[in-house]
Amino acid sequence: MASAALEPATSLVEDRGRGFAGRWYRTPSFVAGLLILGTLIGLALAAPLVTRYSPTAQDLHHTLSGSSSQHWLGTDQLGRDVWSRLVYAGRVDLKVGFLAVLLPFLIGTTLGSLAGYYGGKLDMLIAYLVNVVVAFPFYVLIIAMSFVLGPGERSIYIAITFVGWVSYTRIIRAEILVAKRREYVEAAKVAGLRDSRIIVRHLLPNVIMQAVIFAMSDIILSLAAIVTLGYLGLGIQPPTPDWGDMIAGGQNFITTKWQLSVFPGLCVVLTGLGLSLLADGVNDLMRPE
Amino acid sequence: MDRLSYIASRLLQVIPVIFGCTLVCFFMLHLVPGDPARTMLGVHATPQGVARLHREWGLDQPLWRQYLDYLNRLLHGDLGTSLFYNLDVAQLIKDRLPPTLWLLFLSALMSVLIAIPLAMLAASKPDGARDQVVRVVPMIGLGMPAFWTGIILLILFALNLGRVFPVGGYGHGFTGHVRSMILPSLTVALFISPILIRSLRASLLEVLQADYVTTARAKGIPERRVMIKHALRNGVISMVTVLGLNIAYLVGGTLVVEQVFALPGIGQLMLAAIFQRDFTVVQAIALVFAILVVLINLLTDIVHAMLDPRVRFD
Repeated sequence: MASAALEPATSLVEDRGRGFAGRWYRTPSFVAGLLILGTLIGLALAAPLVTRYSPTAQDLHHTLSGSSSQHWLGTDQLGRDVWSRLVYAGRVDLKVGFLAVLLPFLIGTTLGSLAGYYGGKLDMLIAYLVNVVVAFPFYVLIIAMSFVLGPGERSIYIAITFVGWVSYTRIIRAEILVAKRREYVEAAKVAGLRDSRIIVRHLLPNVIMQAVIFAMSDIILSLAAIVTLGYLGLGIQPPTPDWGDMIAGGQNFITTKWQLSVFPGLCVVLTGLGLSLLADGVNDLMRPE
Repeated sequence: MDRLSYIASRLLQVIPVIFGCTLVCFFMLHLVPGDPARTMLGVHATPQGVARLHREWGLDQPLWRQYLDYLNRLLHGDLGTSLFYNLDVAQLIKDRLPPTLWLLFLSALMSVLIAIPLAMLAASKPDGARDQVVRVVPMIGLGMPAFWTGIILLILFALNLGRVFPVGGYGHGFTGHVRSMILPSLTVALFISPILIRSLRASLLEVLQADYVTTARAKGIPERRVMIKHALRNGVISMVTVLGLNIAYLVGGTLVVEQVFALPGIGQLMLAAIFQRDFTVVQAIALVFAILVVLINLLTDIVHAMLDPRVRFD
């Protein structure tokens, strides 16, 4: 009896799994996103193999040189190889960008689940905290936090977490509010399962995908914030290469060597495009065919 | 609940939020690692300077006392004294407000002007080629850091292509201000318009399915007129609401863009204060921005409730 009752649910899961595996390569946005992002991450991971110079090695006899067989994208104001710096900066910025959304994701999802499931005073308190944090413009708070905590990677994580959890809380809360009225939740309650088990084993698996899709766009926002902080001198600190710092350094030479500022920005835009396409593709794949 | 009580209740909701914002700004000082006074003064810290800051910020008092003093000063319009300029922070902010407000206003206007035609183009034939192109634009736009877009516009329009716009600054007189504001406003508008295009496209598609639009079409009204006279009117209300709700994002955009174009606004004041380690100014500007956002959101809600009879006041 029990196995018969479980059967339809199992086959549904299998169907969905097959659907995803069988359809991803026919979803253009997913494939395009995967290709762009795969290339960027691949280059970043293989940085020592695809570059010939250290990103911090200066050559003051060959500053601001054009592209050549020695330096594919030329050199910057300190004679550093632009290609090497771009690739190594990608390594740093992509790592920090991806890691920076982890804590907001975890904290936001937890608070959103609690607010949505329990409602009442806890919900009101969390909603109040959300309202206070969203009152501050994203960049104002991020910049102010990086200032008080001092520049560097650790401050970036703390600042983005402080601001970023809010969106996940809102998304998960709204999803849980709807999902908790479903019959399977009622059934779990009647069966006497603990609240924590209902939230973690029954509700979250059904709603978490919305937060995952949002996380992909959130990486774009966090990357833009990291690069902006770098541009303002409050982010990743030199000599570690960072796209934002590269754009700022190149800005003094935009009349003669605009490439110095344009290329690092293009890398940010490409990463953003890759993630957007991927999120769009996952969204499409989630919809039943 | 009628409209007046709705407005009154929204006003009452705002007070605890503003109160929360003051708490965040207050505790910011206590996040500074080590002795905040010593850290803020940096390498120039002298025992006298540290003692002065301790006295000024009341760091020797218990925390609750410090907060009450801070709140008391705020209620009297005292945002503190700048450590760097030794001037009243409220006055400093007031002096720098016009360029920022100009920038906010023009960017909002430009973003609406960019979003309307593009969203209309996309919604007129959903899933068509034009729609696909318009849908990719926000994807690229969202990943573009505002300051970088500013630099690209500078390279294109201020350094090449006829050099029609100044490279930076606020200009002189009304026309000077407008001319110097066009590139920065366009930068912020490009930063915010992807969100508006998405929302307007979605609401246009929804409105175009509505019965009254079908009726209009059945009456033989040309498609263009249906779009502009019937669909757009309703779509724009929701877009303006989205703009209001994203005002925090817009304000954040202006902050960095002011730096790129050397505009003497609040954003530049804040960034300068950061490099001068002028904590009072940073704290005050964060609070002013937050209150500005809360008030604009409140205004958006009230205007929306007034314009859209479907809003329920409960």
